[in-house]
Amino acid sequence: MGAAKTNGAAHTGATVKKRSQAAEIWRRLKKNRMAMLGLAVVLLLVLISIFADFLFDYDTIVIKQNTQIRLQSPSGEHWLGTDEFGRDILARIVHGSRVSLSVGVVAVSISLMIGGTLGAVAGFYGGKVDNVIMRFMDILLAVPSLLLSITIVSALGPSIFNLMLALAISSVPGYARIVRASVLTVKDQEFVEAARCIGANNFEIIASHIIPNCMAPIIVQVSLKVASAILSTSGLSFLGLGVKAPTPEWGAMLSGGRAYLRNAPHLTIFPGIAIIITILSLNLLGDGLRDALDPKLKK
Amino acid sequence: MSRYILKRLVMLIPVVIGVTFMVYFILSLSPGDTAAMIAGETADAETIEAVRKDLGLDQPVIVQYGKYMLNLLRGDMGQSYKSKRDVFPSIMASFPNTAKLAFWSILVAVGIALPIGIISATRQYSMIDNVGMVAALLGVATPNFWLGLMLIILFSLNLGWLPSGGMGGWKNYIMPAITLGTGDAALITRMTRSSMLEVIRQDYIRTARAKGVPEKKVIHKHALKNALIPVVTVIGIQFGSLLGGATLTETVFAWPGVGRIVVDSIKSKDTPMVLGAIVLLTITFSVVNLAVDILYAFIDPRIKAQYKRK
Repeated sequence: MGAAKTNGAAHTGATVKKRSQAAEIWRRLKKNRMAMLGLAVVLLLVLISIFADFLFDYDTIVIKQNTQIRLQSPSGEHWLGTDEFGRDILARIVHGSRVSLSVGVVAVSISLMIGGTLGAVAGFYGGKVDNVIMRFMDILLAVPSLLLSITIVSALGPSIFNLMLALAISSVPGYARIVRASVLTVKDQEFVEAARCIGANNFEIIASHIIPNCMAPIIVQVSLKVASAILSTSGLSFLGLGVKAPTPEWGAMLSGGRAYLRNAPHLTIFPGIAIIITILSLNLLGDGLRDALDPKLKK
Repeated sequence: MSRYILKRLVMLIPVVIGVTFMVYFILSLSPGDTAAMIAGETADAETIEAVRKDLGLDQPVIVQYGKYMLNLLRGDMGQSYKSKRDVFPSIMASFPNTAKLAFWSILVAVGIALPIGIISATRQYSMIDNVGMVAALLGVATPNFWLGLMLIILFSLNLGWLPSGGMGGWKNYIMPAITLGTGDAALITRMTRSSMLEVIRQDYIRTARAKGVPEKKVIHKHALKNALIPVVTVIGIQFGSLLGGATLTETVFAWPGVGRIVVDSIKSKDTPMVLGAIVLLTITFSVVNLAVDILYAFIDPRIKAQYKRK
């Protein structure tokens, strides 16, 4: 009874402290105007991709071909013009944000789960386990990441899921390294020893004591990695190894516009700007988070 | 020091074996029948079987891989399924093109990044600093294949100043090198700036100023030398990844490099070419990274001393 009570008290204590820590991070982040701008744009993009169907209907606007109005320049009716099949470019960019954001988020989640677990295990157990895991990571790291993604997608066939998987696999070693390094700095600290003393098993120690204390570098890495996953997605689609037509994807749209560079450059210009805005805002947010999470790093 | 280099070189061997195995295995998962594709659309079942046997494709993947590795040890990467020519010389013929482009790109990157990075740090929050940092942020966020296409629209199609692709005279280098160089420049600028800012706050800089060393000399002699150590590493890593296949830029500018071989061969399911190109690019990438590590130890006396002690 007494023990339970202490436990409960400790628990509420922890949440109060956690909340104040989050509030403190938020306070620091709010002061960073560039980061707030990045956050605002990211939120806007998320909203746009959620409500894409309300803005432009998928079947009648986004993928329906209408050759009579093909390759039109931007106008009042089609703000960003139309593409080689007479489809509205703005509508395709709006729907393309769904593909890009979902590929980015899913790819990063998969690689974080795999890489994070491997890194945590390697760092926590050390010795042979560490050696085997990290040597395997070295092999993955030795292949330039775009080449690795190209190889995986081409073997599995171009589709959104395979794209996610390819991007995820090629960024697994990055997470494994970060998490491993964080675990190594945390694992010998006293609170881990204390947890072991009160009988926590390895899994509990990793999950509830070590991982939460490694969160700062992981959060920063995630926001930056979503950006690079989106960039790689567009790159792979540009090579014809990404999303299949007629799904609107920014890189694929760019690639489709290549044949019309001379007479209809808007086909390539606008999807590129959409990519830049997305990556820029994610990077601004990531940089801001890094400064907010670790004031020591701020220069 | 030489022992360290030797050790690192030896460590490359398992990495290369691992990479070849991984890539070989991944490519073996490819859908579609390679033998049927090579035999051609009109081939009958018997011909396809003959081709399959001829190429050893009827054997288990692990056996195929073992044979491949034995041949690789003799420097034989097999023959292209498509052109029937030996893989190694075909790839080596394209490698200089990738290397030349990488060289000019990194030159562009360093030429832009170092001056801007240094000025940004010495005049923090000035106009130049702000403009430079915004440009660097944009540079990181811009997909280089898009930048390449924009340059083509402007300089080839509208102004007609530069050729839009291929490899001929020096003019062909300008746009690909700028495309690749500016992206790297963005990274190197940020690194130079933050490294410089850190060094400028060190005690020895204060000491130099206090004893009356002119500001120019403080920056150039005392600060820059120390600040450049991490920057050299970033430059080296970027150079390595440029050598590791600037696939997208090579595709945009129809540049006859190794990155393009990979893409073209993947499309035609020419596994020996894909594998050969990736193995060579990976070895190059790893060797450059190793060279960067060694260089780092050489230019940083603190690290050099560590190895000497061992």
